[in-house]
Amino acid sequence: MSKIGLIMGREIKSKLSNKTFIVMTLLAPLLITGFLGLIIKMSMDDKTEQRVLVIDDSHVIADKLVGNDYTSFATSNEKLDEAQLSFSKKNYTCLLYIFPGVLNSSKGKVKIFYKKSPGLFFQESLKNQLEKVIYEGQLKSNNIDVNVINNAKISVDIITQKIDENGYNKDDSHFGFLGFIIGALMFMFILMYGMMVFRSVMEEKTNRIVEVIVSSVKPFELMLGKIFGVAVLGVLQFCVMGIVTFVLTTILSTFFMKDLNTQFDKFTQQQELVKKNGTNVDFKKLTNFSDKVETFEIMKKIKGINIPLLLITFVLYFVGGYLFYSSIMAAIGSAVDSESDSQQFITPVMIPLMIGYFIATKTITNPDSSIVFWGSIIPFTSPIVMMSRINDNTPVWEIALSLGLLYVSFIFTTFLAGKIYRTGILMYGKKTSWKEIGKWLFYK
Amino acid sequence: MSILQVNGVSKKYSNHVALNNVSLTVPEKSIFGLLGPNGAGKTSLIRIINQITGPDSGEILLNGEKLNQKHISQIGYLPEERGLYKKMGVGEQALYLAQLKGLKKADAKKKLEYWFEKFEMQTWWKKKIEELSKGMQQKVQFIVTVLHEPELLILDEPFSGFDPINAQLIKNEILELRKKGATIIFSTHNMGSVEELCDNIALINKSEKILDGSVKEIRKTYRTNTYKIAFKGNVMGFTNALWTGGEVLEKVTEDDINYFTIRIAKTITSSQLLQAILPTCELVSFNEIVPSMNDIFIMKVNQGNEILGTKSNYTE
Repeated sequence: MSKIGLIMGREIKSKLSNKTFIVMTLLAPLLITGFLGLIIKMSMDDKTEQRVLVIDDSHVIADKLVGNDYTSFATSNEKLDEAQLSFSKKNYTCLLYIFPGVLNSSKGKVKIFYKKSPGLFFQESLKNQLEKVIYEGQLKSNNIDVNVINNAKISVDIITQKIDENGYNKDDSHFGFLGFIIGALMFMFILMYGMMVFRSVMEEKTNRIVEVIVSSVKPFELMLGKIFGVAVLGVLQFCVMGIVTFVLTTILSTFFMKDLNTQFDKFTQQQELVKKNGTNVDFKKLTNFSDKVETFEIMKKIKGINIPLLLITFVLYFVGGYLFYSSIMAAIGSAVDSESDSQQFITPVMIPLMIGYFIATKTITNPDSSIVFWGSIIPFTSPIVMMSRINDNTPVWEIALSLGLLYVSFIFTTFLAGKIYRTGILMYGKKTSWKEIGKWLFYK
Repeated sequence: MSILQVNGVSKKYSNHVALNNVSLTVPEKSIFGLLGPNGAGKTSLIRIINQITGPDSGEILLNGEKLNQKHISQIGYLPEERGLYKKMGVGEQALYLAQLKGLKKADAKKKLEYWFEKFEMQTWWKKKIEELSKGMQQKVQFIVTVLHEPELLILDEPFSGFDPINAQLIKNEILELRKKGATIIFSTHNMGSVEELCDNIALINKSEKILDGSVKEIRKTYRTNTYKIAFKGNVMGFTNALWTGGEVLEKVTEDDINYFTIRIAKTITSSQLLQAILPTCELVSFNEIVPSMNDIFIMKVNQGNEILGTKSNYTE
């Protein structure tokens, strides 16, 4: 046993002394939070100030444009070419020209002259406003009451609530798309560390040091030491990444998302109020941040995640799934001489993982389907699929069964992998086939 | 006393037999040559002795005890295909491998310092293996093999990759280790070093042992009673003096000196031969031609192949 410890120690140390590994561990959370921040930033309003000078040759739109905190409209009666000439001297950021026949064609046109390119967000909000103004203008010119149309449009909100045999009644806390992301993360982790074992085994084989080592330890011990070493490394890396991500996102949310958080709190208060009173009120009308409802819904899901459950099951499934696949990867690594030969063996191993990944996409649309259920029980796919569907309501027996099966089959795959590994690491020069590997299982 | 006994070991792989009922005995504190052409089964046997693989049948005794895990620390093994972790420091790597052999870290360090000093490589400790030349790497590998002071040292083609100076260094180390009480098995194609170093040998061909014994005995057995004689004087008188059993294989005359290669009957001793020819000529030199291990090796292997009906002849 102490020898397995030695091997684990070397495996961990060799990776920790690798600069790329350290950089990746720290960089990944940075990238994740950066990406998150970017999404949030993009979902927030474009706050560049825009002072727009409007020249309206249709004479029906300009006075209906409404500015906000950072967009202001001013109307001018100048001719377009005059305005264009004097524009550069004036204190406006854009010149908006509305063509005369804008109401009469099916595709209305406006033109923006600018000093600094106006952002896409500004263009999008301007487009929305123009369309709204034109829409209402068209209705009015046809003597249709805008309110009638608006009242006829009733938005329906679906509030999901689950009732099971025990009368257990709670908000369905299914994570939907987030669940899939967690499943995809699991896929990535298992593959990444599986490949790490694969490379480490192959490196020892191509280095030819392996024969020296197996004259001191049993090949099986060497393989286990390697697998466990990388497992420790994986959990360690996962923890470091988790902590760094947590710290970074906390910083991000306290310093850069303060407004968003307070707005979010207001939003949830309003939502609660609506629920309690049972009135059929459109949230979008209630809140003055209607454009952020989607963002808030996602935030609500994130805040609703049972973090301890998720972390514990993630680690358990990661370790189980990793052990299951890494022993297969070790066997394959022992069978090949060079990276270029390895593809034919890695692909078949990737397939069940890919299937798991695709079943995980199913959990977004249909989390209670039988393919998702079986996918989350069968060891080949269970780490990915279960992690994508797990929530507070997942029956404990399902988790226990799937974890149990996973760990039992790990012992089985490791046993078989050990047999292949033992022979494979000492085979040089020959191109290995699956048939050959099959034979190795029966060598004494 | 024998340190290692191989009793009827057989090993089969799916499509060929690697070892077929091989038995041999390695005497204690000797240097034992394990010889044979490529693919004969030497490496298979060595791997079984190292417990890397198991035999299908037969058993191996080390110091009279059936081979088990405990013996791993008593054996040092330098494989033919060798290597080290390229990115790992020399010292760190040597410590790791020594610990795998069961040495305590502190002991290993002390011993390493001794060897590093001996081979004048103290400055290498922190270097990565990939920064060393091939010969330097081989030195590190040799140290790692002998560091835990094994009773039995198995060296597979130990001199390949060494320049003559380093090869001599290793040769001297091998002799010194034997003096200190180690037994060395070494597997090689280099017959020169076999004659120089080995006390005993076993020859394996086509997964079977075809010859074993002490080098001296074997060479004696395979002597062909052939002599090379150089003399000045009358050729006629010389040939007449030979018995009817004497056969002249070759004769060359250079600068008044005749060089004769002759083979005589087994019943005649060299002194009888001398007595017969001395009166007829002025003797310059008289040598018995004893077959080299190389000749015996090639002869035995080709003989074996003929018996087995294969045409391919082994030539060194």
